[in-house]
Amino acid sequence: MKMIDKNGMPTEVLLVEDSPGDVRLTQEAFRDANAGVHLHIATGGVEAMTFLKREGNRANAPRPDLILLDLNLPKMDGREVLAHIKGNPALNTIPTIILTTSDAEADIAKSYLLKANCYLTKPVELDTFETLVKSINDFWLMKVRLPQETPNA
Amino acid sequence: MKTKAQTGRAKEVLLIEDSPGDVRLTREAFRDADASIHLHVAADGVEAMAYLKSDGNQPESPRPDLILLDLNLPRMDGREVLAYIKADAVLKTIPTIILTTSDAEPDIAKSYQLQANCYLSKPGQLDAFEVLMKSVTEFWLKAATLPPRLKA
Repeated sequence: MKMIDKNGMPTEVLLVEDSPGDVRLTQEAFRDANAGVHLHIATGGVEAMTFLKREGNRANAPRPDLILLDLNLPKMDGREVLAHIKGNPALNTIPTIILTTSDAEADIAKSYLLKANCYLTKPVELDTFETLVKSINDFWLMKVRLPQETPNA
Repeated sequence: MKTKAQTGRAKEVLLIEDSPGDVRLTREAFRDADASIHLHVAADGVEAMAYLKSDGNQPESPRPDLILLDLNLPRMDGREVLAYIKADAVLKTIPTIILTTSDAEPDIAKSYQLQANCYLSKPGQLDAFEVLMKSVTEFWLKAATLPPRLKA
């Protein structure tokens, strides 16, 4: 089980999710899968952008290595957040995975058009959800070579 | 986790790879996976472009659900192929995974800047390569929801 990456740094994951139940499930699943993950939570789109732009009380936020993004968020929805991330040269190389309940083709197509790195439909069953988080960890945090932050970002 | 339309259909995977050894390893790794996978191979960037430009209208070159792309290809470099895919209105939504020997930071950074969906460094050892291909299958061909196939 990977504890830290090769630079000795923890892996920073930003979860953008308004459902407290899903937040908790995700926290627990990551805790079981990989002790080296720092999971940061934003419960809406506005909070997510504040985190990513390191504004206000998030001035010391780390740059995420990976973003997990729900589409259906209050006030600023996930599609807007995705468009902001992928439209911003300082942020658009951060792998951004849509993790949402919708399995509507329109949502899937739109997300890939907006340059989501991947789309995952949240399963309803508890243990399948846990398995999904573990497969995210196994693939994205243990196998994939993630981009490093560039000095100008 | 998958829409009804996505389960029960073979996945079309385009592997753009010039090393016959790596092609064979990939083919075997996919064959071992229990997903139903049709693996198409282009041995260099020029062949890849010809395949992709055929608009998925030829039965022998259907639109891929997933592309695995080596960076170091003869004739046309993989970075050029990636840039082409991600600039094309019809092709850009196809998840494109860089699968290459380089683990140099500039290659990784450049690939993500060109909007590669993810970047994988090929391991040198056989069993590590098999484990990697299995994880590609598990994540991309089972867990993930791929873009819907365009209606003809």
